[in-house]
Amino acid sequence: MAETLIEIADIAKDYHRGKVAIPVLSEISLQIEKGDFLALMGPSGSGKTTLLNLIGGLDTPTSGSISIDGERIDKLTQGKLAAWRSRHVGFVFQFYNLLPVLTAEKNVELPLLLTNLNRKERKKRALAALAVVGLQDRASHRPTELSGGQEQRVAIARAIVSDPGLLVCDEPTGDLDRATADEILELLQLLNREYGKTIVMVTHDPKAADHANHCLYLDKGSLSGSQTA
Amino acid sequence: MKYLGLIWSALYRKPLRSFLTLASIFVAFLLFGLLQSVSVAFSEGVDFSGVDRLIIAPKYSIIDPLPENHAVAINAITGVELVSHRSWFGGVYQDTSQFFPRWPVPPESFLAMYPEYLLTDAEKAAFVQTRTGAIIGRPLAETYNLKLGDKIPLIGDIWPNKDNTVWEFDLVGIYDVANESVETDQMFINFEFFDEYRQWSQGTVGNIVAKINNPDDSAAIAAEIDRLFANSSDETKTTTEKAYNQMFAKQVGDIGLIMTGILSAVFFTILLLTGNTMAQAIRERIPELAILKTIGFSNVSVLMIVLCEALLIVLVGSLPGLMLAAGLLTKFSQSVSVFNGVELSGFIVAQGVGLAFLMALIVGLPPALRAMRLNIVDALGDHQ
Ligand SMILES: Nc1ncnc2c1ncn2[C@@H]1O[C@H](COP(=O)(O)OP(=O)(O)O)[C@@H](O)[C@H]1O
Ligand SMILES: [Mg+2]
Repeated sequence: MAETLIEIADIAKDYHRGKVAIPVLSEISLQIEKGDFLALMGPSGSGKTTLLNLIGGLDTPTSGSISIDGERIDKLTQGKLAAWRSRHVGFVFQFYNLLPVLTAEKNVELPLLLTNLNRKERKKRALAALAVVGLQDRASHRPTELSGGQEQRVAIARAIVSDPGLLVCDEPTGDLDRATADEILELLQLLNREYGKTIVMVTHDPKAADHANHCLYLDKGSLSGSQTA
Repeated sequence: MKYLGLIWSALYRKPLRSFLTLASIFVAFLLFGLLQSVSVAFSEGVDFSGVDRLIIAPKYSIIDPLPENHAVAINAITGVELVSHRSWFGGVYQDTSQFFPRWPVPPESFLAMYPEYLLTDAEKAAFVQTRTGAIIGRPLAETYNLKLGDKIPLIGDIWPNKDNTVWEFDLVGIYDVANESVETDQMFINFEFFDEYRQWSQGTVGNIVAKINNPDDSAAIAAEIDRLFANSSDETKTTTEKAYNQMFAKQVGDIGLIMTGILSAVFFTILLLTGNTMAQAIRERIPELAILKTIGFSNVSVLMIVLCEALLIVLVGSLPGLMLAAGLLTKFSQSVSVFNGVELSGFIVAQGVGLAFLMALIVGLPPALRAMRLNIVDALGDHQ
C-alpha cells in the first residue's frame, strides 16, 4: 500500500451570493496516494473546479480538513498558502494562461522568481523544464508564436519547473484537438510515471480519463468512484 | 532586482499605448522643468552681485517718463562712473509687422556705456556728430538690405514730429556685437534730434542707465538713487538689467501664477490620461495577475509589481523630459534675454523627481490595490 499524499476529510464548500449560502460541495472525503494519476469527471457545474481549487490550495473549504503531505492546508493563512503553493503544487489550466509579453523561457521561469536561485540557475532550470516537454528549441518564442498544444506544453513546463510533487490540471485538453490532446495526455502520463508526479486532472473527456490510473465522478457535490487499468 | 524583466515587459504589452503615455508624461515634465525654472527665477529678489550697470526706471509704471535731469543728479553720486539713458520710440518701419526695438539714446554716453556694440571709429564719430544719425545691427541691415548713408523712414506712432511727417534717420553705423547675449535686432537713434523734433515731452527719457566704479557697491548705490528721488513727483526703481528684462515680462501678468496654472492643468490632464490607461491595462491583465498569484506570488508582491510598473512608466517619461528642459535652458540662457540666468536648479530637479513619484503613486495605487485584492478563484472563473 503506497503512502497517502492527499487526505480530504468531510469537506464542504459554500459560495455566497449576497447573504444566501449556496452549497457546492458537501461531505466529501477522499484519499489520494502519492504517485497516483486521478481523473475527476462529472457534468458541468458539479463542483469539479471547486474541488480541484481546494486541493491545489487556491481556496479554502467552508468546513472539513485537507492535509497534503501531512500539512493541514485548510488551516494556512492566505500568505502561507501562497508560499505553500509555490513549493508544492504545479497548475495547468484549460486556457494555458501564459503571459503574452514574456518568451516561453521567461514564462517557465516565473515560479523560480519566488526562490533564492540566481539568474543563471533559473535559466538552466527553465530550459531543462522546456526540454522535458520537448520545446527546448522554442525558448525564445512568445505565446502568440506558438500553437495551442505548444502553449499548453509551456504551461506544463511552468508547472513542473520548481519540481512540485503535485500537479493539478483543470481540463488541460479542453481547448485542443484530439491528436494534440493525446500528446498532452501522454506527456502528463510521462510526468506521472517517470518523474513520480502525483496528478489530479479534471476532464470532460472519457478518452482523457483513460490515461489516468483512477477515475472519480462528481455529481451534485458528491463523489462516486471507479477503478480503471 | 529579479522582477525587473517582468515589470519592464509591461511597457511592451501595447507599444503604441505605452508610447503615447510616455510622450505625454515627457511633455508634462519638459514643461515643468522650463516653466518652474522661469517662475523661480522671476520670483527671486534682485541679485546685485557682480553687476556694474544699473537701470533706473520709473517706480510705478514702465511707461511713465523720467526727467532727463535725474541723470545729472545720479551722475553726481559718488561711485557712479557714467550715466546714459534710453527712451522707447516705437514707430512703424514699412508696415507694423516689421518690428524691432528703436531707442533714442545720447550717442556719446551710450557708446561709452555699451562697449559690446562694435563700431569702427569713423562710425562712432558719425553717430555722435550726425543729428539725424542712427545705427543698427548687422543682421537687421542684411534683412532690409540697408547700407551706410541710406535713409530709414519711420512713422512716429507714439512720437509724432513737429511737422507731422514721417521721421527720417540717416544710417551712419552698422554694429556687430561682442558676444551672443547682446541683441542685434535693435536700432539706436540720436536722442537730441528726437527730443527737439517730437511734439511733446521734451526733457524726459524712458529710463536711465548708470555705470558704477565698483560692482560691490551696486546694491548700496541702487538704494541711494531711489532714496534720492523718494517723495519727488518722479520716484524711481533701480534694478539690474536682468531684473529689468524680467520685469518687462512681468508686466504681462503674474508669471508665477500663470506658470502654476498651466502646470496644474497639464498635470491634471496627464493624471487623468495615465490613470485611465493604467486602470484599463490592469483590467486586461486580470487573468495574468491571477496566474501570478496561483503560482505563489503574494498579494504584496503583486501590489509592488503593479506600483513599480507605474513608477517605471512615469520615470522613463519624466527623466528625459527634465533633461531636455535643462539642455534647452542652458541654450536659451545665452541667447534669449528673458531666460538670462534662468537654469534648472538641483532643487527643481528634485521637485520634478518627487512629483514623478507622487504621480506614480496616484496613478499606480488604485490598480495596484485592485490587483492585490484580486481573488484567484473568481478571476480564473471569470476567464473560463
Ligand atoms: N466564485 C464563485 N462564486 C459563486 N459561485 C460559484 C463560484 N465558483 C463556482 N460557483 C458555482 O459552483 C458550482 C460549481 O462550479 P465549478 O466547480 O466551477 O463546476 P465545474 O468545474 O464542475 O463545472 C456552479 O454552480 C458555479 O456556479
Ligand atoms: Mg470547471
